[in-house]
Parts: sequence; structure tokens; C-alpha cells
Amino acid sequence: MTGTSLFPPGLILVVGALLLPFLHGTLRKSLLLLLPLAALWMVWRVPDGAALTLPFLDYTLTPVEGTRLGRLFATIFAIMAFAGGLFAMNQSRVVELTAAFVYAGSAMGVALAGDLITMFVFWEVMALGSTIVLWSAGTGAAYRASMRYVLMHLFGGVVLMIGVIWQVKATGSVAFVPMKPETWATWLILAGFLINAGAPPLSAWLPDAYPEASPAGMVFLSAFTTKTAVFVLIRGFPGAEVLILFGLYMVFYGIIYALLENDMRRILAYSIVNQVGFMVTGIGIGTEMALNGAAAHAFTHIIYKALLLMSAGSVLYMTGKRKCSDLGGLFQSMPLTCICGVIGALAISSFPLTSGFISKSMIAQGAADQHLALVWYMLAAASAGVFLHAGIKFPWFVFFQKDSGLRPPDPPLNMRLAMVLFAALCIGLGVLPGPLYAILPFPPVNYVPYTVEHVLHMLQLLLFSGLAFFICLPLMKRTETISLDFDWFYRRLFATLCHRLSDHSARLHGRFMTRTERRLQRFIAGVFRHHGPEGVLARTWPTGSTVLWVAVLLALYMALFFL
Amino acid sequence: MSPTRIHWLRRRATIRKLWMVGCIVLALLVLAQALIEVKGHFGLDGTFGFNAWYGFATCVAMVVFAKGLGVFLKRKDTYYDRD
Repeated sequence: MTGTSLFPPGLILVVGALLLPFLHGTLRKSLLLLLPLAALWMVWRVPDGAALTLPFLDYTLTPVEGTRLGRLFATIFAIMAFAGGLFAMNQSRVVELTAAFVYAGSAMGVALAGDLITMFVFWEVMALGSTIVLWSAGTGAAYRASMRYVLMHLFGGVVLMIGVIWQVKATGSVAFVPMKPETWATWLILAGFLINAGAPPLSAWLPDAYPEASPAGMVFLSAFTTKTAVFVLIRGFPGAEVLILFGLYMVFYGIIYALLENDMRRILAYSIVNQVGFMVTGIGIGTEMALNGAAAHAFTHIIYKALLLMSAGSVLYMTGKRKCSDLGGLFQSMPLTCICGVIGALAISSFPLTSGFISKSMIAQGAADQHLALVWYMLAAASAGVFLHAGIKFPWFVFFQKDSGLRPPDPPLNMRLAMVLFAALCIGLGVLPGPLYAILPFPPVNYVPYTVEHVLHMLQLLLFSGLAFFICLPLMKRTETISLDFDWFYRRLFATLCHRLSDHSARLHGRFMTRTERRLQRFIAGVFRHHGPEGVLARTWPTGSTVLWVAVLLALYMALFFL
Repeated sequence: MSPTRIHWLRRRATIRKLWMVGCIVLALLVLAQALIEVKGHFGLDGTFGFNAWYGFATCVAMVVFAKGLGVFLKRKDTYYDRD
């Protein structure tokens, strides 16, 4: 083992997390806050290039490699682990906290991995950690969702593993370099990445699983899996045009399904797919502007989506309710949660002076620079749609609309502090984008978000989208329903087919057994008839008849001899 | 519940005022384009009030499309409970 960094920063979280069950009280809380800060400090000490190498079989692994892109993602993962730990420290079970930090640490491991094998190992640890986070909610629904989740991610992992092995065999190198989806190996790697990104046709795993996690669990889950997928797509497939199609589909899929949804956390889950769609589109466009936009949007999205889910998680924690049809009017008793939720909603909608404004618009600028008119118009429509489904719908139905009569107070101090921290970051990055632009993967960033024309463009688009929301409100009356998705195939159709196949084979098996038993009984009866106590072959023969038969046989023998 | 106990943000008079203020803001936003030159990237997006009608129309279209799709896709939220 050689290099300037002998310990991958992500492993600080992974190893530290394993100590959490053995600590209690202040010590555990202190460790929860210190571990992400220590990991963050380590990330910024990793120099450019291979910082740690390790021989493995005939290859040289690079468990830690310093790149601008990796550092950006590892930074936001560490910040997320800090805020998530603060939000969860008094409410979550220790198993959930441990799993969440293993999950966060392995996401950092992916961000700093310099080769395909290291990336794959951390990728699979993430699947394990996130499944335990989900399962830790302790409900039957969460357990069943975690089983479907882990099966989907193991499937994605197998697809990715086959692709990686094939690629390593074909190229003779484990290096994680930009690829093109032109061979079976690279297509499989791309498919493995896209499954984690929530791309079609398997997008349904995300809204199926995440909302079943605990209030804090979903905050962690929203941050790492899909964003590491964005990271590996930026690193592995920049400019792969097929990603534009995937991204645009995801953008509108998220909006349409969120509009139909009644569960506040499922609305936000669909909105994750929608936002990742913007990033995937940017990666498909592939210019430095678009890639910077995708990376910046991943950074800001982690913060405002976590803020939205902290707000929704606080409502769930204080009321035990998550359906929009059961909520409403909470702004009166949960003012801080409401304000933080509204700030998150404005940021996801890319309102001026919020973080989404300075990141998402770079992707649209990338499309404009490449003269991709259709893509630009679709992204503009989708930006309006984001305000519709998440920017207004979530706060309106949860905190305003009708008065549900519920009067819960704001959540405990640690949860409030975590929300305030991320709300401040949403506004801080929106007002002062410079520090974020300075660490984007392709410097220098010559993008000026605050022009009068751009601000007017966004305000017109968003506020008229708001008008459409209130005019169409009668069409969006909440119903206690879900919407069928691709998961219907494996949750209902395949399950029904398997049950029918099982019933049919059970019937065939029963018929076969009945026939076999009947034949066996017939055979036993035959044997019994001949060999039983009354059977011909079981009788004792008199000595006289035996002598007679011997004499007959001897006579025959003599006759034959003389002939 | 007497009107005095209703939160001020929920009172009919406040909601009416909010609508009025909202409409004035929307009108000003469109009129502002008369003073601010919007070049746009592709021609159409630089025309007067484009973002206003485009944002409104696409959102109405998405709501109507979602409503139509809901006819085929919506099920009771207990649909998968027997899994």
C-alpha cells in the first residue's frame, strides 16, 4: 500500500459508525457530529491524483484519488451526514444511525474511488447500508419495502458487476475513465448506474421504498444513492446523448406522478426522480457548462431535498400522519417547520435568491449553448412543473389548504437546528454562489446567474405556474389513492403469475401423487395376493408331490438323453 | 368558530387581498418586459410575455394530462396491502 493518504476519508464514517452502538448519551451525539467533520477535513487533504494505491491480483487499485468532481461530491456527502446526524441524533435507533453513517461513508468512498473495482465495492456497501436504514423504521411495510429495495439493488449490482468485469477484461485496465455506451460492457455499466439513478423503466423502486423509512431515515436515503449515480454518470458517461432522453423522461415522470400522489413523502420521492432527471439531461448534453450545472445541481439538491424531507419528517414525527388528505393548516402551530419547508420548496423551484436558481439554470444554459431548442423548451416547462408539484403542492397541502384541526408544536431542538442550518445554506448559496462555483469540476465557471433577463424569465415562469396551480386546484382534489407504476409488474402481475403457477403445479403434483399412490396400492395388493398368507406362491407344498415332480423331470431327462 | 379566532391568513378578506396582490404582481411581471429587453435563445422565447403564457399553459397541460392518466392508473391506497 502506497500513497499520500493512507486512509480513505469515507472509511472514517464507516469505522466510526461501528463504534456508535457501544457509546451512549453525549459521547454518541458528539461522535455523530465529529465523524462527518473529520471526514470532510480528510477530503480536503486528499491531493490531486492517485493518493492511495493497492495491488490486487494483476491490477493496481486506487482506493483514494483526488479529483475536483470527487471532492465536490464527497464534500456534500459529509455535510449531509453532519446535518442528518444532527436531525436524527435523538429520534433514530442506533442501528439506523450506524447504517446511515456506513451508507454515507461508502458514498464518499465511491466519490473518491479511482478505479472501477473500488467503486463497485463501495457501491455494494451503500446498498447494504441503505437497506438497513430502510428496514430500521421497524414497520411491516418498511420491511417489505426494504426486501423489494434490496432485490432491485442487488439486481443492479449484478448488472454493474458483469459490466465491470467485461470492461476490465476487454481493456486490461481497472481505471475509471470516461466511456461511451458502444459495447455490451459499457452498456451494462451504464444500466447499473441508471438503476440507482431511478431511471426508467425501473424508477418505481424509489417512491416505493424511501417513503417507508423513518422520518430521519428518508432524509439520509434521499441524498446518497441517486447522487452517487449522478457522480458516476458524470465521471463515466459525460456527453452520452442517450442520457438526454432518459433525463427528460425522468423529469416529466416525476412531475406527473407527484401531481397524482396523496402521500407527502411520496410526492417528495417522485420529485427526487424529477430533479435527478435534470442532472442526467445535463450529463447527456455533456458540455463543461452542462456538467458543471449537473454537479452543482446535485450539490444544491442534496441540501434542499434534505430540508424538504426534514420538514415532512418533522410533520410525520409530530403528527404520525403523512397523507395530504389528513393534513393542512399546520403553519399555525409549526411555524418554523413551515418556513423551512417553504424555503426548501422555493429552492427546488429555482426561485431567485435560493440555491436551485444558481445551479439548475446552468443545465438549461448548456442546452441553449448547444442549440438544443427542444431540450431547452422541455426543461423550461419542467421548471414550471417543479414549482407546480413540489414548490407549491407540498407546502400548500401540508401547511395550508383546509384546517385539519391538528395543532402539533415544532419538533425537538436538534431537528429544528438541522432544518435551520440547511435553510440557511439554501439561501446562502442562492445569494452567494461564488464558493460553490469555485469548487465545480470544470473551472473557471463563467456563468452569471443574476441578470435582469434571467430573473424576469424565472419569475414569469414560476409565478404563472403558481397561478395555474390555484386555478387547477379543483382538478387536484386529494384522493386516498396510489398510482400504478412499473412495480405493478413485479408486485402484482408476476406475483399473481407465480401464485397461479404454484397453484397449478400443486394441483398437478396432487394428481400425480394420487395416481402413483393408486398404482402402488394396486401393486402391493398383487404382491399380497401371490405372496401373502393365502397366496399361491406362499403355500407349503406336500413332499409326495415334490417327489412326483422330480420323477417326472428325471423321466423327461432320460427320454431326451436316449433320443 | 367565531371569525376572530380564525388565523388572519385564513380569513376570506385576507385571501381576497392576497389574490389581488398576486394578480397585480403577475401583471407587473409581464409589463416589466416592456422596459427590459429579453433576447431569448431561440426567437420565440424572447417574445413579449412568452415565459408567462408558457409557464401557465404547460402547467395546465401537465395537470390535465395527470388527471387523464389518473383515470387509468389510480387505485385505492390499500391496493398492495395484501402483498
